[in-house]
Amino acid sequence: MAPPALETVAAALTRKGRWKIGEIVFWLVAFASLFFLPERHLLLNEIAIIGLFAVSLDLILGYAGIVSLGHAAFFGVGAYVAGLTAKHLTGEPLAGLLAAAAAATLLGFVTSFLVLRGADLTRLMVTLGVALVLGEIANQASWLTGGADGLQGIALDPILGTFEFDIFGTTAYAYSLTVLFVLFILARLIVVSPFGLSLRSIRDNSLRARAIGIPVHRRLIAIYMIAAAYAGVAGALLAQTTQFVSLDVLAFHRSADVLLVLVIGGVGYLYGGLVGAVVFKLLQDFLSGLTPQYWQFWIGLVLVVLVLAGRERLTEGARGLWTRPRARQGGSPEPVPTTPMRET
Amino acid sequence: MLTILFDGIAYGMLLFVLACGLAVTLGLMNFVNLAHGAFAMAGGYVTAVSMNRYGVPFLATLPLAFAVPALLGLALERTLYVWVYSRSHLDQVLFSIGLVFMAVAAVDYFMGSQQQLIQLPSWLQGRVEILGIQVGLYRSFIIVVCGVLVLGLQLILTRSRFGSRLRAAVDDPRVARGLGINVSAVFAATFAVGSGLAGLGGALGAEILGLDPTFPLKFMIYFLIVVTVGGTTSITGPFLASLLLGIADVAGKYYVPSFGGFVIYTLMIVVLVLRPQGLFARAR
Repeated sequence: MAPPALETVAAALTRKGRWKIGEIVFWLVAFASLFFLPERHLLLNEIAIIGLFAVSLDLILGYAGIVSLGHAAFFGVGAYVAGLTAKHLTGEPLAGLLAAAAAATLLGFVTSFLVLRGADLTRLMVTLGVALVLGEIANQASWLTGGADGLQGIALDPILGTFEFDIFGTTAYAYSLTVLFVLFILARLIVVSPFGLSLRSIRDNSLRARAIGIPVHRRLIAIYMIAAAYAGVAGALLAQTTQFVSLDVLAFHRSADVLLVLVIGGVGYLYGGLVGAVVFKLLQDFLSGLTPQYWQFWIGLVLVVLVLAGRERLTEGARGLWTRPRARQGGSPEPVPTTPMRET
Repeated sequence: MLTILFDGIAYGMLLFVLACGLAVTLGLMNFVNLAHGAFAMAGGYVTAVSMNRYGVPFLATLPLAFAVPALLGLALERTLYVWVYSRSHLDQVLFSIGLVFMAVAAVDYFMGSQQQLIQLPSWLQGRVEILGIQVGLYRSFIIVVCGVLVLGLQLILTRSRFGSRLRAAVDDPRVARGLGINVSAVFAATFAVGSGLAGLGGALGAEILGLDPTFPLKFMIYFLIVVTVGGTTSITGPFLASLLLGIADVAGKYYVPSFGGFVIYTLMIVVLVLRPQGLFARAR
């Protein structure tokens, strides 16, 4: 009886993996902005970086159901490693990205064992604690990180020896966007693979997932490491394109911001992070123009309203753009709930 | 040495009063309320403002510092929190972080971002020597006040009718409702008292912990440590945890100042990994 079932699953996964019109348009617009919005490239660069960071959080929160309040830990480690690589080893940006990804993955591997223990609340606390400890280390090890003054003097060679960074941020944006695009496609492949499917079953019911033979712990460790690498790369991009790293990369508000970004866009379909990043940055840009000091108030208000109004309902419209074709074909498995199941 | 221990105990007592409201909402009502510090800040500001602007004596501001956050907590509980109780933890986290951001920005807007200073009455200033130990008067005052509060809370929770109602409502809201207990009223009252205590703690701690708009974010982690390390099934667990945390923090800052918060955070992670249900709690 196995082959027909296998075929159904394979067919469903291929169907999910097919590119929708909306997605193609999204990326065309993103790359078109390279040419049409030259004066906004610094902002767009930040959007791309935050988007990548949010995609990384989506991988663990939306697909594996791991709530994290300390995702900035990986972002910060990536940023510092990239900065230090550029300062002391080599100015080649891609080497810095790889080093940052490797360091963040290693940290993800080590901390994943802490995160596996306990339920939501313990995870929240442990992830938060890890980020705080790292922040404290970065603060104390000022001989290495520059402490509160930040890491200065990062000089980068042209990318692949040809593309020089310019002050308008055009190269930086193209660089970040390309990295984002490549990693996004990779993430897309991951989530529609059988591996991604098993993650979702763990998220929805880890007990049952274990009962049907999914190695729950190993899968969670794997996705946690992948997400850590993504966050590390995002941090590295920030360090390289701004040529500066401050303690801010490990701060609590960065973890909270990325959570907000992801929630604005919607959890569990990858594009949520990107959409959220665009909305969040534009909102921040707009609000801090209105009230420079107090824009946090409005961000807080947005969060409260989002939760009270029911964030699933609000993001359903955006989600429909990517999922509608699948629903029309019929016979597809029922949509997965987006909130991680509540543990009692 | 003993002075450090003494200061640590005072600090720990203060932390407990600040955090015990959270212990109830988080532990008993299973609600992740990261905005708890905002109520503490409200209490601190009530004291600071009424002392500095209206010249109210310090002791007289303390009941106010309890009442205002309690009413604030009650209003918010009835209007907003009520909708979020049954949501996922993620929703609760987002919601309460949103509240914290709003509180921080609002206080910054109305009060300015500078530290609020309060002038303690003269009979609470200075130190005396008892049995060869330097003892700060204000810190002994805190220990006495907080000690009374702890005893009172423990008695209410274990002996009074309200306490048993609360415990019943928490253990099984549906059955409690079936027995004629007005569960939502019990929760509202508990939330209000918890917020009020936090406000009182914020007022008492304004001198020791400092008070500025980032207070809720700065001390959020301390409150959470107290509750998660202490375990959430009783009030004695968080109490012991806050004493431990207070002493460890004061001693750590005194002996190894360069490590800063490092010791505490590491300790928390280790405790949580070894005993996810808390140090002093039974596994459920």
